[in-house]
Amino acid sequence: MAFSPPSTLSPSPGHRLETFWDRARAPLFYAILIAWALIATAPLYFTLVFSLKPVQNAYDPPLFWPSPFTLENYRTVIQSFELFPRWILNSVIVSVTVTVLRVLFCAMGGYAFARLDFPLKNLLFTAMLVSMMIPPQVTLIPNFLVIGPGIIRDWEIAGVKIPTGFGLLDNLGGVILPGIVGAFGVFMMTQFYKSIPRELEEAAMIDGLGRLGIFFRIILPISRTQLLTLALLTFQGEWNAFLWPLVVLRTPEHFTLPLGLQWFKGEYYTLYSIVLAGSLFNTLPILVLFFLFQRYFVHGIATTGLKDI
Amino acid sequence: MSSRRRSDGVTAYILLSPYLFIFLTFTLFAIGYTVYLSFTRYNLLRPPQWWGLEGWRRVLHNDLFIHKALPNTFKYVAIVVPVQTVLSLILAFAMDQKLRFRRLFRTIYYLPSITSSVVISLIFIWLFSPIGVVNQLLGLSINWLNDVRTAFYTIMLLNIYTTTGTLMLIFLAGLQEIPRELYEAAAIDGANRLQTFWYVTIPLLRPVIYFVVTVGVIGTFQVFDQIFVMTAGGPLDSTTTVAYVIYKWAFRDTSIKMGQAAVASIILTVIILIVTLLQRRVIEGSGSVAS
Repeated sequence: MAFSPPSTLSPSPGHRLETFWDRARAPLFYAILIAWALIATAPLYFTLVFSLKPVQNAYDPPLFWPSPFTLENYRTVIQSFELFPRWILNSVIVSVTVTVLRVLFCAMGGYAFARLDFPLKNLLFTAMLVSMMIPPQVTLIPNFLVIGPGIIRDWEIAGVKIPTGFGLLDNLGGVILPGIVGAFGVFMMTQFYKSIPRELEEAAMIDGLGRLGIFFRIILPISRTQLLTLALLTFQGEWNAFLWPLVVLRTPEHFTLPLGLQWFKGEYYTLYSIVLAGSLFNTLPILVLFFLFQRYFVHGIATTGLKDI
Repeated sequence: MSSRRRSDGVTAYILLSPYLFIFLTFTLFAIGYTVYLSFTRYNLLRPPQWWGLEGWRRVLHNDLFIHKALPNTFKYVAIVVPVQTVLSLILAFAMDQKLRFRRLFRTIYYLPSITSSVVISLIFIWLFSPIGVVNQLLGLSINWLNDVRTAFYTIMLLNIYTTTGTLMLIFLAGLQEIPRELYEAAAIDGANRLQTFWYVTIPLLRPVIYFVVTVGVIGTFQVFDQIFVMTAGGPLDSTTTVAYVIYKWAFRDTSIKMGQAAVASIILTVIILIVTLLQRRVIEGSGSVAS
């Protein structure tokens, strides 16, 4: 250490403290990082171990590795509970539909806010920003009424029944509909479209392309990265969503996976290994997506700060 | 030129139509209707009846709401937000030291965040059960989620566990945007590391801190999933929060009270807005003192 090249900076008053700090720095920060890494993985690890042990040995030692080892719990989940594949299918339907539509509609809205002039633009944009701070609880009851039984039931004008609700209670459509576009997504796309140069569009305009043509043929393809980020965050949010599906869905056949798992826990509390095996199933698709597209996830989180939009 | 502008206006509204439809129906109308419902009595069986301020009076005198849900929610925010903010800042700072295996750590830290709230809750129910892993490791036999003294703190722990990784990513992005020259300048001025952290890093991170605290405050005030899955508000209402009461009154109780649930949801919204604005003033205000 004594022969290390001298620092280009003159020694500061706390020089001795600094060298001590420089030596302690790396081990200290490694210790912090490793400690949290253990905390972050431990619950998932213990769950995995537990789910790989036979039900009858579930609470026997050892704690740290699955012995005796079995895949029986996973087999039980898939084969013995017809509802389970059903829940996976329901979750896939909801998440994929919402993701595809939301990405498209948010891009459309974002482009309008970023590039076009239209009446009430500033008012609508401000309203959108404010709406992002509103907790879902405050719209929960009217949204339930609009999706399901209707705001005014049995409303008749001259003997004709006027529907005031979508009649989508206990229907996956009711889970999907309010999610097909979201303020965060529109805002995110607006910011993105403001940052890209106008020259592209101007060139296309000279070539005689209209605004809609420009949007679908030029703008959408060049915003792939941003759209993928939005898609991943949306998919994750919808795959894990709980409150809104809980309000809309009633019969176990129609449940999404998180709802089903919660119900499953109530029904099979004594077979907790199976509950946890099912839980890990719920995590698997997101885990795969995360490893494939980690860069986009991180980018999305860092820019929006949200794990679901 | 003006016809071009008009056609732009039409195009804009075509592009915005899905958003406007959803916004008008599920946000704007919904907020208005919630305000209306708060002045009514509504149990879904009969149409809403005008009730004036009676619903508000009842909520403000409701024991569960005033003595359990509100104080619990504030306590939850007051503990979870500072802990997760400081913890994630420390982790982000450690991650910013250009150590090896940074990518691996980042992946690991994000794992709890991608797991759904229901799954994490199911896992924690088992970890903290009387014969669960936590008791086995610590050699205790506490019934964590059934004991008034521990249930709420267990749920707080879960929340901190899941969000810290996400917040760390936001802080890390903020730290990486601070220009290196500023650190060098501080070193030339003879600032030690602690001073540099305190007088360079923290002030420059202020917008990010504001953002992280805001995200945390908004999220924690709404805590619901974990409560619903893990304790259903119990034991003895010790984990009942405002969001849980709203759900309970509107959808779970045998006598549905939509009007009073609407009142509670408006109160929750106003609280969130006020706290968000106040903490903005606090975080920005402290800046003027330092500079």
